[in-house]
Amino acid sequence: MIGLGLRLLSATAVAALAFALPASAQDKVKIGYAISKTGPNAGGASITQIPNYEMWVKDVMAKGGLKVGDKRLPIEVVEYDDRSNSEEAVRAVERLITQDKVDLLFPPWGTGLNLAVGPVFNKYGYPQLAFSAVTDRAPDLAKRWPNSFWLLGTSKQYVDALTDLLKKMRDEGKIGPNIAMISIADGFGIDLSQAARKGFTDAGFKLAYDKSYPIGTQDLSPLIGEAQRSGADTFVAFSYPPDTMALTEQSKVASYAPKVMFLGVGVGFPMYAQRFAANVEGIMSLGGWSKDNANTAAYAKKHEEMFKRGPDRWGSQIGYASLQMLEQAIERVGKLDRAAIIKELQTGTFDTVLGKVKLVDNMMQDNFWLIGQWQDGFFVGVAPQRAGVGTPVVPKPAWKN
Amino acid sequence: MLFEVTLSGVTLGGMYALVAMGLTLQYGVARIMNLSYGELLVAAAFAALWFYSGLAINPLIGLIVVPPIAFALSYAIYRILLQPLVRRAKTRDALEVDSILATFGLLFVIQGVMLAIFGGAYFSYTFLAVPLKIAGATVAANRLLALLLAVVIGLGLYLGLTRTRIGTAVRAVAVDPVAAQLVAIDVRTASALAFALGGALVAAAGVLVSMFLTFNANLGVVFTLKALVVVIMGGVGNLLGALIAGLILGLVENYVAVFVDPGLTLAATYGIFLLVLLVRPQGILGQSSR
Repeated sequence: MIGLGLRLLSATAVAALAFALPASAQDKVKIGYAISKTGPNAGGASITQIPNYEMWVKDVMAKGGLKVGDKRLPIEVVEYDDRSNSEEAVRAVERLITQDKVDLLFPPWGTGLNLAVGPVFNKYGYPQLAFSAVTDRAPDLAKRWPNSFWLLGTSKQYVDALTDLLKKMRDEGKIGPNIAMISIADGFGIDLSQAARKGFTDAGFKLAYDKSYPIGTQDLSPLIGEAQRSGADTFVAFSYPPDTMALTEQSKVASYAPKVMFLGVGVGFPMYAQRFAANVEGIMSLGGWSKDNANTAAYAKKHEEMFKRGPDRWGSQIGYASLQMLEQAIERVGKLDRAAIIKELQTGTFDTVLGKVKLVDNMMQDNFWLIGQWQDGFFVGVAPQRAGVGTPVVPKPAWKN
Repeated sequence: MLFEVTLSGVTLGGMYALVAMGLTLQYGVARIMNLSYGELLVAAAFAALWFYSGLAINPLIGLIVVPPIAFALSYAIYRILLQPLVRRAKTRDALEVDSILATFGLLFVIQGVMLAIFGGAYFSYTFLAVPLKIAGATVAANRLLALLLAVVIGLGLYLGLTRTRIGTAVRAVAVDPVAAQLVAIDVRTASALAFALGGALVAAAGVLVSMFLTFNANLGVVFTLKALVVVIMGGVGNLLGALIAGLILGLVENYVAVFVDPGLTLAATYGIFLLVLLVRPQGILGQSSR
């Protein structure tokens, strides 16, 4: 009872204080985020997302703070663990807005949680720069929630890029018409395999093997065996990081060497190249880096220095670019007016590690690579066709010991 | 092909059995339903990783070093954290409930320490990922090693429990701790030993699975759940039961993956589990508790 009374008292005190302070007396910028520090999402969040947040805050502070109008304000961060749970994420975001009264919010990790918190971001008018969500609903969502930005694209974009790539190889006689595809029975795998099933068949490919497997499968050798026996020389797996690792290792053990090997999330992780060394050669996945971009190279170097490991070669650079966009939008608006910041994000052109970025319908255009391939120890972008595109290597080199 | 699928099923099953054996001792003998079991496994995996990539020590040496440490740690956990619960519990059921609550807390402590040290990112390394040909079928050496050790540990402990004096005492405690006291068995020491031995076993399992699985600090619960299914299926406290149940699960999973549909492996696992519970609620090799 006393506790409750005290809490009520302090709540009133805070409310009174908030009223007493004029808005112009802002001496810091409060940024909040709820992210999966524990639970099944933590692996992805702590590789692709959290380092970006920490790095950006450090970078801004090194410049003397976030430029708002003619002042540089220090950043205060409020962080919650959403425990990979969507209700928890929604609660935490609401708490950040209503109780912690943060000026800005960073998005959570993953498609599911970004969709879950979307309505809250929208209701309170906070920009939501989602860079770890892939969903075909992105264009609709951007219309329904104009404050939301879907920077990592749609499943269809990735599948179309992959299909074009495969089609070209087939027409050049480098691969046959059969594809073996496996996918994880979870959001990402279901979305992408559905899009791929249609895309591949429409392009005249035949799915010689097409199965999904449950999350947490610890032995993938039966699926590899079946893919091998299917006779397809293209292997596509929409997998999560633990399965991506297992698929690589078990394929090598089984001497399964398809001409094209495309694996899911995790191929771009720093640990992947570290673990499989020369055996990553020729493996394809989502994402990719430009060989000749000095900005992303510098970003990777800084990432390595700060966290003792490199960035994810899919989402990391896009994440950092999104924070740079936010920073520049605030600087241009000159105050923490969220509606104006959203407007600026929608219409402005930003200078980021990826180069110049201008969003169209709240989504990136040809600013990043959809498909990449490990070549000479570098995960180079091989699709879509734009400046600096790498030539895919087919067939994948043999496994080395 | 049938042989190849069987072989990979047996190696997978061996891993399941290996992961479950420690829990069957802790739950079956010491009566501690240890929810932090999987966390200990992941901690051992991290230790192996640290040995391998930090100190360049062969994980097989980790297999010699880590389990004794886990034994000592588990012994201390039992004596300090769990013995007070044992002392005040009026019935076995009360102890089970208390131990679930206490080890649930322990789960977060171990997980929190691992998160603080390693963060939430995934880790893995490559060790013994070389193909071995057995009668035309290929199997990875690291997974085969896990199977062999599961069999060796299972049989070794089985013999130890049935052929030695202390093993007999431990089994007596598993059957009836009150009656065991009547024949001058030190129930507390036997329970503490069983719990510590379970800890050493799960640490060995952790070191072995770290050689081929990708793990992070949050993965413990996956192993706890799998181990629990195997333990209950095999008969609580029965090492051979755990071995058999693990192998059945591994085989069924891989047969279903190849001959039916890989999407149904989980359904098949829990289908078998349900079937066993319906037909033999005490587990495959478990004794009826009446």
